[in-house]
Amino acid sequence: MSREKPRDDIIDTTAPQTKTREDRMSEVDSRFNSTLREAFGSTPFILTKFDSFMNWVRGSSMFMLQFGIACCSIEMMHTYAVKHDLDRFGSGVPRASPRQADVMIVPGTIVSKFAPRMKRVYDQMPEPKFVVNMGSCSTSGGPFQQGYNVVKGTEEVIPVDIHIPGCPPRPEALVYGIAKLQERVRNGETSPVTVKPYELEQFGDLETDELVEKLADDIDEESLVMRYNWADSP
Amino acid sequence: MSQTEEPADGEAEPEESPARGVDYDAIEGLLGDAVVSRETHRNAEGFVVRADRVQDALSSLKEEAGFDHLSNVTAQEYADRFESIYHLKKYDDPTEEVSVVVPTPRDRPVSQSAEPVFRTADWHEREAYDLVGIEYDEHPDLRRILLPETWQGHPLGRDYNQDKPQIVTFEEHENPLADDHRDADTMLVNIGPHHPATHGVLHLKAVLDGETVADVESDIGYLHRCEEQMAQSGTYRHQIMPYPDRWDYGSAGILNEWAYARVAEDLNDIEVPEYAQVVRTMSAELCRIAAHLLALGTFCLDIYGDFTAIFMYAMRDREVVQNILEDLTGQRMMFNYLRLGGVVWDVPEPREEFFAQVREFLADLPNRIDEYHDLITENELFQLRTVDTGVLEPETAKEYGVTGPVARASGIDYDLRRDDPYGYYEHLDWDVITDDGKDNYSRLLVRMREVEQSARIIEQCVDLLEDWDEEEREIQANVPRTLNPEPDAEVYRAVEGAKGELGIYIRSDGTDTPARFKIRSPCFSNLQALPEMAEGEYVPDLIATLGSLDIILGEVDR
Repeated sequence: MSREKPRDDIIDTTAPQTKTREDRMSEVDSRFNSTLREAFGSTPFILTKFDSFMNWVRGSSMFMLQFGIACCSIEMMHTYAVKHDLDRFGSGVPRASPRQADVMIVPGTIVSKFAPRMKRVYDQMPEPKFVVNMGSCSTSGGPFQQGYNVVKGTEEVIPVDIHIPGCPPRPEALVYGIAKLQERVRNGETSPVTVKPYELEQFGDLETDELVEKLADDIDEESLVMRYNWADSP
Repeated sequence: MSQTEEPADGEAEPEESPARGVDYDAIEGLLGDAVVSRETHRNAEGFVVRADRVQDALSSLKEEAGFDHLSNVTAQEYADRFESIYHLKKYDDPTEEVSVVVPTPRDRPVSQSAEPVFRTADWHEREAYDLVGIEYDEHPDLRRILLPETWQGHPLGRDYNQDKPQIVTFEEHENPLADDHRDADTMLVNIGPHHPATHGVLHLKAVLDGETVADVESDIGYLHRCEEQMAQSGTYRHQIMPYPDRWDYGSAGILNEWAYARVAEDLNDIEVPEYAQVVRTMSAELCRIAAHLLALGTFCLDIYGDFTAIFMYAMRDREVVQNILEDLTGQRMMFNYLRLGGVVWDVPEPREEFFAQVREFLADLPNRIDEYHDLITENELFQLRTVDTGVLEPETAKEYGVTGPVARASGIDYDLRRDDPYGYYEHLDWDVITDDGKDNYSRLLVRMREVEQSARIIEQCVDLLEDWDEEEREIQANVPRTLNPEPDAEVYRAVEGAKGELGIYIRSDGTDTPARFKIRSPCFSNLQALPEMAEGEYVPDLIATLGSLDIILGEVDR
C-alpha cells in the first residue's frame, strides 16, 4: 500500500460518470439480463408451490448466530473470513443477537454450567431455527467425554440438524455441513425429534430426591434449574 | 517427596540438586519456626510450613528473599492429608524458585490464605477449594470459581463420585452495589456468557455508574472441561500430548505441547536431540505468530466493531501460517506434533519446498506488518480508544502474577524463553520486547513487535535446518514405550506460551499416569487483573481492555 500517490482512476478524469444513469434511462437495464431470465424467455412468471418457494428462500439466505464456544470457533471464524468465505453460499453474516439468527453453529464443548445458557440462547432464536453441531465435542463430548463436568453432546440439550465430525473440522467440512443443511432446508426437512434429557425447569417442579432436599435451602422455588447427570446420559 | 514419614529427606541429596543459585539454607533460617520440614522437588526445594503460618512464611519470602512472583498454587489430596503448594519465583530471575508446601489434615482441611500477601492467590485458592476441597482461612471470598455454585463434592478429591447427579441453576444475577447509593444509582450489566466481545464463554458482571464501570467481576467456568482430570487419566508417553493443544486453542498448540514436553522430559530425564530442539523452536514460533495475529484481529474486531479489513487481513495471514503448520504437522489447529524426546516427524519432503514456503511468508511479513500499522496503530480513532485506557501498573501486575505480553507491555522485562532458557532459544539472536505504555495500545504494540521477533527466530531456525547434515537429523531421543517415573517425584516447569507463563506441575506415583497434573494458565492470572484495569473506566474501554488481555477461555477454565 503506497500512500504517496493517490489512485489513478480517481484523478484521471473530471468528467461526470454517466454510465449507470444511461443504463437506467434506456428501456431494459442490461444489468438484469441474467441467464436465468433468458431461460424463462419472454414471460417473467414462474409457477411453484408457495412452500417450495419459501424453503428455497430460507435455505438461500441464512443468518448465523455469532456463537463462539471453544476451539472450533477459531475454525468457524476462518470459515467466515477470507479464503473460505461462507457468505458465498448465502449463509455467512454472523448475527450477534439470537433474535436475528436462523442457524446456530455450536462450535465447542458444552459443560454443565453452560448448558442452561445455551438452551436459553436457543430458545431466544425465532422459528424456524436450525442447529449445526461443529466438531466432536458438541456431537458427543469428544475428547472430553469422560470429564465430570462435560455434557455429552449438544443433542442432550437442544435438537440438532447436522453433525460435522472433526476435532476441529476443517473449514471445508463446515462449509459442506452448511451446504447440506441448506439442501435439507430447501427440501423442507427439519431436524428429527430427539430425546432431550436436559430441560430447564423451575426448582419447585423437580421430583424430590436427596439432592433436591439438600439444595432446598439454597435455591428459590421459582429459580430455573437444569439437572446434570454425567452417568445416565448416553 | 512425602514429608512426614521421612524426616531425613533433606540429607539424602539427590544427584541433580534443584538449587540454581538459591541459598535454601538461608531461606530455611529466614522462615524460622514456621517450617516443619523440608522436601526436595525436581525444580526447587519445598519448605513444609504450618497451616497457620502461611502468610508469615510467604511475606518473608516476598519481602526479604525477593520471591515476588507467586506463579502457581497447586492443591492435591493424599491418602492421609491435603496439601497446597505455593510455587514462588522471582520476576528478575525465574530460575530462582522455591516451593511452600502446606499440609492440612484430611478431617479438617483448613489452611491460612495467602491472599493478603499475593493478590493472585485469590483465584488460585478459590480453584483449590472448588476442585480439591481445601478451605482457606481469611480468604476474602471463598466460593466456587469454575463449577456451578450448587455443585456437590470436589471433583479432584479422592472420594468424589462422578456418577452422582447435579443441579445447575439459571438465575438472574444481582447487583452487588444495589444498596450503595452514595453517589448515584448503579446498574448491573451482564456481559456474556454468550457475547461477541468476550472472546468465548466468559461472563462479566459489570456494575455501571452512568457509563463508568464501578465494579466488574469475571464469572468463569463456562468452558471448564476437566483438562486436569483428562491429563491425570492419560499415560505420559502418548495420551496426554493431544490435550495441551486444546488449552490455548488460538493456534498456540505447539507452545502448549512444549509446556507438557518440558515438564515430562524433566521428570523422566529425557534429553532432546539438538535437531529436534530447532524444529520445535521453529514450529513453536510459527504458532506464536498465528496466536498473536488472532489476538490482533479479534482486538480490532472489538474496537472497530465489525468484520472488516483488519480482521480479514489477520485471518488471511493466519491462513498462510496454518498452511505451513499443516504441511509440517498434518493438522490445521490441533497439531499434536511434539513427542517426549523430540518431535513426531521431520519437516516434510521436499524440504526445499517447505523452507521456501516459510521464507516466502517471512519475506512478506514486514509488508504485512506495515500494513497493520497503517490500519491500526497509526489510526487516530484507534489511538483515542486505546492510549491511556486500561492502564496496568507493573507493581499491580506483579501482585496478580501477570505474565506474557500483558506484563511486558507494563514494562516488566520477563520472558521465560530468555530468563529460563529451554529449546534452542539461547543460541539464537532475538530480543525480548517491552514497552512502558502500560495501556491497551502498548499491549497490542508488544504483540505486533513480538511477531517480528518470532519471524527472526524462525528465519535463523530455517537457516540452521537447511544446512543440517542429513546423517544427523535426529528427531526423537530413544524413549521407552512406557514411562514410569519414580514415585513421589514432584516437578513444576513453565514455558513462555503465547499468553505468558504456561506452567505444569506433575506429581508421579510410580505408575504410567500422573497422580496430580496441575496447569498454571497465564490467561487465568491475567484475567484476574481485569478489575484493576477496567474499574473507573468507560464500558467501551472495559471491552477494549478485555480484548487487549487476549484471553482464551479454554486456557482460563481448563
